[in-house]
Amino acid sequence: MSSANIVSNMSNSEKVTAAAGRPAIADKVRESLGKRYRAEQRFQLYGIIAITMAILFLGFLFASIISRGISAFQATYVNLEINFDESVIDPDGGRDPEVLHKASYRGVLRQSLQDLFPEASGRSERRALLALISNGAEFQLRDLVVENPELIGTRQNVWLLAAAEVDSVVKGQVDLDLDESQRRMSDQQVGWINQLQNDDRVERRFNTTLFTNGDSRDPEQAGLRVALLGSFYTLLVTLALSFPIGVAAAVYLEEFAPKNKWTDLIEVNINNLAAVPSIVFGLLGLAVFINLFGMPRSAPLVGGLVLTLMTLPTIIIASRAALKSVPPSIREAALGVGASQTQTVTHHVLPLAMPGMLTGTIIGMAQALGETAPLLMIGMIAFIVDPPSGVTDPATVLPVQIYLWADSPERGFVAKTSAAIMVLLGFLILMNAIAVLLRKRFERRW
Amino acid sequence: MSEATTLTDPIISAHSRVPEMSIADVELPKETVGDITADHPTMTTRNVDVFYADKHAIIDVSLDIGRNEVVAMIGPSGCGKSTFLRCLNRMNDTIDICRVTGDIKLEGDDIYSKDMDVVLLRARVGMVFQKPNPFPKSIFENVAYGPRIHGLARDKTELEEIVHQSLERAGLLNEVKDRLDQPGTGLSGGQQQRLCIARTIAVNPDVILMDEPCSALDPIATARIEDLIDELKQNYSIAIVTHSMQQAARVSQRTAYFHLGHLVEVGATDQIFTNPRTKLTEDYITGRFG
Ligand SMILES: Nc1ncnc2c1ncn2[C@@H]1O[C@H](COP(=O)(O)OP(=O)(O)OP(=O)(O)O)[C@@H](O)[C@H]1O
Ligand SMILES: [Mg+2]
Repeated sequence: MSSANIVSNMSNSEKVTAAAGRPAIADKVRESLGKRYRAEQRFQLYGIIAITMAILFLGFLFASIISRGISAFQATYVNLEINFDESVIDPDGGRDPEVLHKASYRGVLRQSLQDLFPEASGRSERRALLALISNGAEFQLRDLVVENPELIGTRQNVWLLAAAEVDSVVKGQVDLDLDESQRRMSDQQVGWINQLQNDDRVERRFNTTLFTNGDSRDPEQAGLRVALLGSFYTLLVTLALSFPIGVAAAVYLEEFAPKNKWTDLIEVNINNLAAVPSIVFGLLGLAVFINLFGMPRSAPLVGGLVLTLMTLPTIIIASRAALKSVPPSIREAALGVGASQTQTVTHHVLPLAMPGMLTGTIIGMAQALGETAPLLMIGMIAFIVDPPSGVTDPATVLPVQIYLWADSPERGFVAKTSAAIMVLLGFLILMNAIAVLLRKRFERRW
Repeated sequence: MSEATTLTDPIISAHSRVPEMSIADVELPKETVGDITADHPTMTTRNVDVFYADKHAIIDVSLDIGRNEVVAMIGPSGCGKSTFLRCLNRMNDTIDICRVTGDIKLEGDDIYSKDMDVVLLRARVGMVFQKPNPFPKSIFENVAYGPRIHGLARDKTELEEIVHQSLERAGLLNEVKDRLDQPGTGLSGGQQQRLCIARTIAVNPDVILMDEPCSALDPIATARIEDLIDELKQNYSIAIVTHSMQQAARVSQRTAYFHLGHLVEVGATDQIFTNPRTKLTEDYITGRFG
């Protein structure tokens, strides 16, 4: 409005020389300057507020996850003097591995505990005593004996995994002032724990179980092995399929396809696919890959196929953008010395576009790593203890494992859930860091 | 609202009209004036028309490019010089909407016929572009690329020889011989353009097309390229598009003046610049078109 006035004033009084008109404009500009600067400052302020809020929320998120999950990276172990009683383990003395395997190590464990706390005599007291040690301890003893049969008949100090409730007590997560009936550990059990602690028989160590075990009903025994391997196999399938297909599609659309209605239609649909909710891909996978093609349920193969469908649009769009950003002069240069279209693309355009394509791929992979919904549809939510040995074995993936643990009522799973989230976030950050590094490493040089 | 007031204001619009001559105002001649033929033509073009979709960008142009001569193409911006040049090595094929009709021959072979392989054509008709565009690879790789894809060298020593020779003939060898393994994009603008020329002559083409090869360069670098063009014409036929009248006068033997897609006048360079036969050419070379 004001500028128009200035201009028409100028032209109406054309006889007035430009020199006379100029100070007037300068005054007007000066008048508006203050307002403009204030607007600019206000704008900056909004930006700073927005960023501060984002950082605050992010900090809050990380703080709550880490504070809750960090304790799960440590596990409590109890040292017991185990009496490898031959009459219990191998009464015949044949040392037959079969017999050693089937022996009652729970009995061995119960006996050893009773030796330590002779005052626990009643049936329920004995059960309470056994509940201090993880259910997995008897298998730990079994494996120990099967591997070293010479232990039979000796007494050994062995570190055994404590039960999850003991772990919570040792980590101070249980409010001991609470009435006994309101907590999982009775006063008597807490007393035993204190006694063990006083005897230096309790120790906290790095929780390797978290990475070496599959899922379990017992929080102290539950691990991410199956989920990590499942995620790995799933991403492997996704990468092996979506990268070549995505790059090939992008190269064809960008470099070879004629620009017509059909390619426009394809382009629109690729963009549409990128916006399709992922659960729809899961339903598709269920209907096509499992029901129609008869592929196994819960398998990383099917998960990878479904995630391929989901990441393809991302990769194609990123790859096309990378190809578009290669200057046409490079193509002209190659064509000008007589390179064929294919040579131009493979020798010059692709190498220059590769960093952008890889970045897009890694971001797509990171998306796939965090994806849950479509994998629920194809049965990757199953409770799986044994690690998969290939892409067709049943498995679960990290985010689904997080969902499963978050859904479990035991208090030990609260920390486990947060720990699993930390592992997942760790991988995501790692992948994004690789993407950034790649971009830096292959910084455009023309 | 402000826009509307400004535009309809009669004083403003009268005031802003440029009192110069517009290139659309003049009447175009029916036919090309002057001799379009060369004594020993390497390339001949007859009745070439080029369309970008509906836009008629080149209208009935015929022109020869002779052996061992430099043909300069001049004309106002947008008159179709680049378009015409790009027809000569079918670079226009890369533009989907571009359609070329007419008769263009290289040593008697129709380059738009089915038998002509476009890769072979571009090996025989090299091109140097307006902006230096070396590959983001080493200097050596830049020059070696053409001979390598065409299989011109039997072994590594032969390839090295071709690279050295080409750099030598492009007048660049002395400046870069110690750093052949460094990126070609690290050279100065003038050096990059000479590298692009070396890359073109490494394939040993019959014809070299140059589209404003000096427009991104300073006068010293320009002078070096002009000397180079003068030397190269002993072995090649050269067609050069330029905006600089002085450059056309210095390097070329024949000059073609384009105007709005028409080839208005062709003749010996001396004659065009001293004694143009059409009013349009005269107006252009005396600088009457903006
Ligand atoms: N890719 C294209 N698509 C559509 N029209 C084009 C295209 N390239 C050129 N043209 C048109 O064709 C005409 C000739 O263009 P050309 O680039 O050949 O001009 P020029 O003489 O080289 O101009 P300059 O001296 O500015 O480089 C112009 O009107 C231009 O707008
Ligand atoms: Mg041009």
